[in-house]
Amino acid sequence: MTPHMLTRSLDRSATIFLAVVAACGILIPLSNLLLPAGSFLQVPTYLVALWGKYVCYAILALSIDLIWGYCGILSLGHGAFFALGGYAMGMYLMRQIGTRGVYGNPVLPDFMVFLNWEKLPWYWYGFDMFWFAALMVLVVPGLLAFCFGWLAFRSRVTGVYLSIITQAMTYALLLAFFRNDFGFGGNNGLTDFKDILGFNVQAEGTRAALFALSCLALIVGFLICRAIVSSKLGKVLIAVRDAESRTRFLGYRVESYKLFVFTVSACMAGVAGALYVPQVGIINPSEFAPGNSIEAVIWVAVGGRGTLVGAALGAVVVNYAKTFFTSGVLAPYWLFMLGALFILVTLLLPKGIVGTFNAWWDSSKEKRTAATSVSAAAEDGVTEPKMAE
Amino acid sequence: MPAHLSARLCSLALSLFLIAFALPAFAGPFEDAVAKFANDDFSDTEEAIGVVAGSGNPLAFPIISALQDGRLMADPDSKKVYVTGADGKSIDAATGAAVASVPDNASAVRLNNRLRRSVDAALGGLTLQSPDVGTRLQAAQSVFKSHEETALEAVDAALAKETNRSVKTALGEARAAILLFKTDATEVEKLEAVATLKARGDQDALALLTGMGDQPASVTKAAASAIGSIQSSLAVWSMVQNAWYGLSLGSVLLLAAIGLAITFGVMGVINMAHGEMVMIGAYTTFVVQEVIRTRYPGLFDYSLLIAVPLAFLVAGAIGVLIERSIIRFLYGRPLETLLATWGLSLVLQQAVRTMFGPTNREVGNPSWMSGAFELGQITITYNRLWILVFTLAVFMILLAMLRYTALGLEMRAVTQNRRMAASMGIATSRVDALTFGLGSGIAGIAGVALSQIDNVSPNLGQSYIIDSFMVVVFGGVGNLWGTLVGAFTLGIANKFLEPVAGAVLGKIAILVLIILFIQKRPRGLFALKGRAVEA
Repeated sequence: MTPHMLTRSLDRSATIFLAVVAACGILIPLSNLLLPAGSFLQVPTYLVALWGKYVCYAILALSIDLIWGYCGILSLGHGAFFALGGYAMGMYLMRQIGTRGVYGNPVLPDFMVFLNWEKLPWYWYGFDMFWFAALMVLVVPGLLAFCFGWLAFRSRVTGVYLSIITQAMTYALLLAFFRNDFGFGGNNGLTDFKDILGFNVQAEGTRAALFALSCLALIVGFLICRAIVSSKLGKVLIAVRDAESRTRFLGYRVESYKLFVFTVSACMAGVAGALYVPQVGIINPSEFAPGNSIEAVIWVAVGGRGTLVGAALGAVVVNYAKTFFTSGVLAPYWLFMLGALFILVTLLLPKGIVGTFNAWWDSSKEKRTAATSVSAAAEDGVTEPKMAE
Repeated sequence: MPAHLSARLCSLALSLFLIAFALPAFAGPFEDAVAKFANDDFSDTEEAIGVVAGSGNPLAFPIISALQDGRLMADPDSKKVYVTGADGKSIDAATGAAVASVPDNASAVRLNNRLRRSVDAALGGLTLQSPDVGTRLQAAQSVFKSHEETALEAVDAALAKETNRSVKTALGEARAAILLFKTDATEVEKLEAVATLKARGDQDALALLTGMGDQPASVTKAAASAIGSIQSSLAVWSMVQNAWYGLSLGSVLLLAAIGLAITFGVMGVINMAHGEMVMIGAYTTFVVQEVIRTRYPGLFDYSLLIAVPLAFLVAGAIGVLIERSIIRFLYGRPLETLLATWGLSLVLQQAVRTMFGPTNREVGNPSWMSGAFELGQITITYNRLWILVFTLAVFMILLAMLRYTALGLEMRAVTQNRRMAASMGIATSRVDALTFGLGSGIAGIAGVALSQIDNVSPNLGQSYIIDSFMVVVFGGVGNLWGTLVGAFTLGIANKFLEPVAGAVLGKIAILVLIILFIQKRPRGLFALKGRAVEA
């Protein structure tokens, strides 16, 4: 992709978004590391970790928006891909603990020693190498999404049926990962991480670097999504979203398009999970809970479905609100607020924050151009996608 | 320790010596045996238990049961043994005469595990002739389990007098169990015993036959064939047991899913708050029972009968309210409906949590729903049985309602072709509201039933929602028979997989199978055909 094509495919909100994320990715770590602690402008380390978590959620939201906003696939199991990516990274981090565990076993993680396991299960092989774990972060969610999508899309499981079986998928994984003999730490999951690539996970420098990396991943993910949806492939995806049968009758292999975008989206969710785990320091089966996946969908709905920028914004806004409300006296009311958010956004704000703002901006611009009698030239390369089901 | 022990031995020897001279010679075998309790020696105590239990003396039962409860006091110096009653009065164990007080140096006769077993067996023998049928039956069964040789005489005596048929069978089985382990029993007796155990044919009989040790060749052979036949009959019964568990689980699934099938089938609405309607029904039951407990305790057995219509009305009214205020604005946007109703489920859960607290609430079983009965080798609990009956009744009533009432006709019309129905003058929005109310009301009724077998907590609904969706998706939309078949198939499949794969893996396997099944039949087992499919 040439730089020219790249700039052409970026509209106003995308440019602002990229600038903001890049600025945060550079300035927040610098302020955390260089300014003296307690200084007014210094960002404390706990906030870096917290915002790092939000950025990972933003990547997850972006991956959901790619399939829901542009292809009409409502996955209620994207948390599963996120968690699988997280587990792949968690397994690498477990292997890095080495002899520093409670039982001091150089190969087996503590929970396996505790369960009297003699040797490492085969699926843990290779996770002591970072490159292999990083590959698995992409391959495992991608492969699961590919198999699942191949089965589902080929037999034309669509709409709410698809949503429900994705929910069943994450529920089945939840049950499986809760089991001790499944070999992933059971109930407790993977935790007590020490090093990542030789750097202490708890150290300020590592946290700042992870934050910057998350921002970078968000930018790269955004550019990939942007490239996909503004290409010809993206137009077909939008056609599938708006009229699947018609697109099929026009001669497109709908299931291949869906499968491609579903797999890409799952890989992105996996990356988000992999960046999330070292920053929060734990991964356990509750990440597979169906409720988590549905919550991620509402981030996208709040920010604006089919806008990409909105998805990321929604993830940050909702999670910031969650942190704010669940830590204060309002904690018992958070679920009321979250529930009301689901209802109100779907009823009153179907386009989300960004979609509504864009619609308002466009209509006011139309008025201005009509007033100055200038012919309305199509300046924006991208038209807003229609929100119809 | 050794000093202490030797001091004790000395005193023991001394007291034995004293007894030999001091106690008069009138003591019979019963009195001698009772005195042995005072020796504080486990083997002496065992001997004493055997003699006392076999003596036929009316004091035997109070003595042995006092021994079991630690109320048998022995004075090591005078060799006198006393039974202290629960009321604090004491009697001399050997004579039965009341005594004013037990001497201070008397202590309770000690038991170890082996002795406890002989005490149980002895008590079993002693209660074999109790006037109460239930006690006799229990005693016979406890003798069967312990099969102590000492009990044989008591069993024979009881068998001669017994008139009740089931007690007689139990006594016969107890006798067979004893004879099988009795070393000097004749071969004929043993063969008869094997035949009796074969007729009993349960897990206990199997355990006795497999653990009987060295026996004459003919007995071993007979036992082997008995083991084979018991095992195959047990296998059949375990199939029956699994099928029953499956039916029971299926009825629960059906109850939870049936309302969902209506709203999803008729309106195409995915109601994620359906589980919360079940929860509301369960909490309605709780409130009804609370009111009854505090105001009209006599009505407790009718609490569920009162709760059923109330739960229907409460959940139904909430359902209509939800439809009018939220869902009707989202028709034609199923995915948005899904999200909005999920939000609603969070709100309802939190509301109940705020009102009733986050912990489990106690909902009692009325007397006619508690307990169980035996059917062959399986146990059937009344609450599970009633839930199955209740579910089928609800299903039939609903089916009749859809078939024979005006509202049912309108519902079916709207399901099949909404626009055509509207053109024919059916007020589709009214039908929608009533349908949603009906679906929610049935979920409320389900809550009444589920409150009997599950914890009533704010999370009650969540545990059913995924399973209910699986049932509806598996069975196919817009067809109640599909839901019925789907629920029972999943229930039975789940229970048959459980013993093979374990509970969690079985459940995972079911989920994976459904996901694969959806590939083959994307619209469920009983799919609507024709144009309705793309609607």
